[in-house]
Amino acid sequence: MSYVIRRLLAMIPALIGVVICIFLLTRILPGDPARTLAGEQADAATVEKLRVDMGLDQPMLSQFFGYLGDLLRGDLGFAWHTGHTVTADLATRLPATAELAIVSILIALIVAIPLGVLSAVYRDRAIDHIGRVISLVGASMPLFWLGLLAIYLFYFMLGWAPAPIGRIETGVNPPTTVTGFYLVDSLLSGDMVAFTSSLKSIIWPALVLSTGSIAMISRMTRSAMLEVLGQDYVRTAVSKGLNPGIVVGKHAFRNASPSVVTVVGLEFGQLLGGAVITETIFSWPGVGSYVTQSIMATDYAPVQAFSLLAAVIFLVVNLLVDLTNAAIDPRVRNA
Amino acid sequence: MPKSRTRSTATAAPAGTRSTTVGFGRLLLRNKLGMVGLGVIAFWTLGSIFIGVLSPYGASETAAGALLAPPSLDHLFGTDNFGRDLLTRVFAGGQLSLWTGLIAVGISMAIGVPLGGIAGYAGGALGSVIMRVMDVLLAFPSLVLAMAVAAALGPGTSSAMIAVGIVGIPEFARITYGQTISLKQREFVEAGRALGLSSATILTRHIVPNALAPIVVRATLGMGYAILTAAALSFIGLGAQPPTAEWGVMISDGRGYIISGEWWLTFFPGLAIATSILGFNLLGDALRDVLDPRLRTTA
Repeated sequence: MSYVIRRLLAMIPALIGVVICIFLLTRILPGDPARTLAGEQADAATVEKLRVDMGLDQPMLSQFFGYLGDLLRGDLGFAWHTGHTVTADLATRLPATAELAIVSILIALIVAIPLGVLSAVYRDRAIDHIGRVISLVGASMPLFWLGLLAIYLFYFMLGWAPAPIGRIETGVNPPTTVTGFYLVDSLLSGDMVAFTSSLKSIIWPALVLSTGSIAMISRMTRSAMLEVLGQDYVRTAVSKGLNPGIVVGKHAFRNASPSVVTVVGLEFGQLLGGAVITETIFSWPGVGSYVTQSIMATDYAPVQAFSLLAAVIFLVVNLLVDLTNAAIDPRVRNA
Repeated sequence: MPKSRTRSTATAAPAGTRSTTVGFGRLLLRNKLGMVGLGVIAFWTLGSIFIGVLSPYGASETAAGALLAPPSLDHLFGTDNFGRDLLTRVFAGGQLSLWTGLIAVGISMAIGVPLGGIAGYAGGALGSVIMRVMDVLLAFPSLVLAMAVAAALGPGTSSAMIAVGIVGIPEFARITYGQTISLKQREFVEAGRALGLSSATILTRHIVPNALAPIVVRATLGMGYAILTAAALSFIGLGAQPPTAEWGVMISDGRGYIISGEWWLTFFPGLAIATSILGFNLLGDALRDVLDPRLRTTA
């Protein structure tokens, strides 16, 4: 318990740092938010009035506390290209991104962990070479290219994928909102048509989004397993005649898992960056495509809000990683 | 007095350094994948330098009669919606992408290495403040931080370079910090201190040169990453702007044509990004194997 509290407390300075960082990005760097908001055509008086309204004429410190107060009230600014507050926009779009990220990381886990374990167990054999090629190529593929290739191949050429236009096919009604996750909501309402359609719509962007994670997780699983498999206690377990499956699955993997959990956490955090690209390509109505639309409209409050959100999620995921590792490995708890 | 001592160590050093460099060079030449990586990088670098001489077309030259022409003998990579030759544009774009990568990695190193070195050598409150700031930067998913910086600077090629450069700073700082912490315990650093060398001299002449191996590896891998991130920024509208011949911009421009089957508009610029990143990754991995053999057994 004390470990949990210590870890939670350690997150506070990082959170403050992240907030300061975003604040500085909006205020210190060149570019005038008042001018941007008013538009290039606006006259000096309008810009000046806007500057006063936005509090930009105040000293930096009071601007910072004003910003902090806004954040604590859940005010992330106004997105003028949608006409809503950024908080409201994010709230309606977050479930779509969360669902995409979760499906994507599940795909990554299902593919990468067995691949990494098999690569380590059968080192330098065919499966290891295949695994290494996959991880090397996966790490070099630009997401936006891979996404477009997938659309061309699986939608245009083969007709397997539905049109890349969002979470559900045209003509199918979305399920009644309970969790905001179409897959879960359609199951809850027993609407199998909606379930199949949302599954067909999510699987392609999720596959594309998972490639980078598959590369990283399988590479880390392989190297962590190789290290553990070389240890004396594994040799002992093998030499006393234990089933190799048990040695690998129970003795070796459990000890390799903290490194794997760490990289899975890191990858989950990075998915939010990838989501911006993937959602844009597949017209997925999540926070990622919202960010791109904001950039196109030169409306930067949502971009900053998203960066803050992504950093907070990243910190929380890291916390969960540490707590999971503490649960797996008592040495972490007592360190 | 200390000065003459420094000079004598400095004159003694190159001989050893050269033989080690030759040794590393030989090891690197024997690394097949590393050589493939180097070959790919050379291909894109030379191609992008000489495309102006080799291609009969200009990068912005339009041909009204050849809009969206598929790859053929006249246009090996096809043409785009303005009838511009894609092969010429892909290679011309290579120049910008490689420069972006170089400058971004240069920014990351120029700021990250001194920060990490100072944090590691000075330690104490200063060191801890520097490294906590780096931790904060690492708390952002990298593309998201690059987006935030580029958005704050306003879209453009130089914004993208700076944004990608800033994102890379913490990695270099962390590597240099770790190296400095372990190197500062070593006898040659203690000897330098005993001789009365200033901290700046010890850091720049004795610690950083000895910490170069992992920094060089990181810089090579970082090039691939910088090219990728800069292209991603252009793709979402924060980096280079149309009609610049830049890989991310070209993919963004060609995006609308993928569902009507004009695959070549996005395929070739994407292939260029993927292969050049692969090249830098292969070369980076090879350098790591050569410079740090301990990692070879597990990685």
